[in-house]
Amino acid sequence: MNAFVLADCTTVDGALSQLKDGAVVKAGGVDLLDRMKNGTAQPEKLVNIRNIPALRGIEETDKGLKIGALATLTEISEHPAIRKQYQILSDACGSAATPHIRNMATVGGNLLQPVQCWYYRSADFQCLRKGKDLCFAFNGLNQYHAIMDYRTCPAVAPSSAAVALFGLDANVELVSSKRGQRVVSIKDFYVHPDANPTKFAVIEPDELLTAVVIPKPAAGTRSAYQKYGEKDSFDWAIADAGVVLEMDGNICRKAIVTMGAASPVVRRSAQAERELTGKPITEATARAAGKAAMEGATPLSMNAYKVDLFPVAIYRTVRLAAGQMDRDPRAAG
Amino acid sequence: MSAHEDSHSNPGSQQKEELLKHEPGGDPPRNGITRRGFLKGAGITAAGTALLEGVHGFNTAAQSTDPGVKVLGPGAVPVTLSVNGKDHAIQIEPRTTLAEALRIQIGLTGTKVICDRGSCSGCTVWLDKMPVNSCTMLAIDALGRHVTTIEGLSEAGQLHPVQAAFVKHDALQCGFCTPGMVMSCAALLESNSHPTEQDVRHAISGNLCRCGTYARIFAATLDAAGTSRKA
Repeated sequence: MNAFVLADCTTVDGALSQLKDGAVVKAGGVDLLDRMKNGTAQPEKLVNIRNIPALRGIEETDKGLKIGALATLTEISEHPAIRKQYQILSDACGSAATPHIRNMATVGGNLLQPVQCWYYRSADFQCLRKGKDLCFAFNGLNQYHAIMDYRTCPAVAPSSAAVALFGLDANVELVSSKRGQRVVSIKDFYVHPDANPTKFAVIEPDELLTAVVIPKPAAGTRSAYQKYGEKDSFDWAIADAGVVLEMDGNICRKAIVTMGAASPVVRRSAQAERELTGKPITEATARAAGKAAMEGATPLSMNAYKVDLFPVAIYRTVRLAAGQMDRDPRAAG
Repeated sequence: MSAHEDSHSNPGSQQKEELLKHEPGGDPPRNGITRRGFLKGAGITAAGTALLEGVHGFNTAAQSTDPGVKVLGPGAVPVTLSVNGKDHAIQIEPRTTLAEALRIQIGLTGTKVICDRGSCSGCTVWLDKMPVNSCTMLAIDALGRHVTTIEGLSEAGQLHPVQAAFVKHDALQCGFCTPGMVMSCAALLESNSHPTEQDVRHAISGNLCRCGTYARIFAATLDAAGTSRKA
């Protein structure tokens, strides 16, 4: 790891004043240290926001939920109100990485981690996402890569929390010293590599992610998230599903189905949602949703298995959200 | 996805660790010649000297006038780290991980660094009572917290119930993952004195044992919980 200057900040304004000349924000530091040890990030200056009290805490308001950027994945997954009303989020945060990493990793850092593609993460490969012109995954090892929505880079969306936050229609609060605060919908937060391969999210280098804000769910809302990996722990998903159902008695008035490990940016599957909306949740409709979610899938040379796995993940998570099935013991976390 | 993990075996890191042990206030004095002590004695080279100069480098960073900002490094800065109930005054660079500070500066080598990426939890220590990967956090982030390592788990020469149960159940083979395993299992008992096997599985889901001694680790931890109940 290269040597660096650490600006240890206790206020948001203090941190913003330091965010210039290539300085990089550090919160939990989990993903950043990983990239620095790999040599793919070599910042000369880190801005430590970990000691800023204003960025901590999970607050319930009459409008919903405000989660400080420094809330850890453990704090979110164990929060009683989140477990009760925003289960998709407690599930997603509780199944990321390992228990010990969840104790350190913050929601802000989880949302902002760059892709976990092994070519991107290796200092030996100068790929498209690092500003060069070649993607190694198309003709290389691509078993964990995307099956939909990719043209230039098939690395998949890495954040489990984002899969939940797309389902919850969350907003992200960003602040800079020059332009003040702005609120961005999670749907507009990520930049697709086809549009700009080196920019992962709309956040600018002088901006700080301060909070995630989640609107209060409508009455009758039930949700769930499940993740499937090669290992039970410390692994990114090979398939995952976030499901939010607005139920009116037996009928699903509104459905949101999200996937992370299918595409470069978290994908909401309108096809799957169509199969559930206005219908009862049954074995048949849940199966149909899973199948519909794979319409238009174009797997790479080594990941056709995902086209079989996602429908199962979606089917089981729809049934779990509806209270018709227990958590899958084979799901990770 | 673990292919990127391959790059962790940077050939310089072992040598650097040994060289850095020349820090004042390093290993506690031991009797006789140890492997580690021998390597320390034999390890100084021109490259090593250069490395050490880097460690002791002067703190030349411009200080901020903002009261909400303290600028540290890139050279070593004096800090006090509370480990196992004792304050340790050490010099660390901002980039020093907690695992490096514990092993190299303070000499508590019971904490093992295996993957150095947070993927094996071999380096588990407690921050207050919370288990964390000491390889994946900066030592500076442990300031103001109480760090507990495997060396601090026993009290008054008595093994912690989890340690005793590991011995009783022979819950180790090569032993390299054991300090991390014990810290994870003992942390579980701190927060849940009556765990089920599922709870134990969950608590150590990040701890890898390549020898595959998991079944005995579950048994030892459940047994230790029984011991705790009687106590």
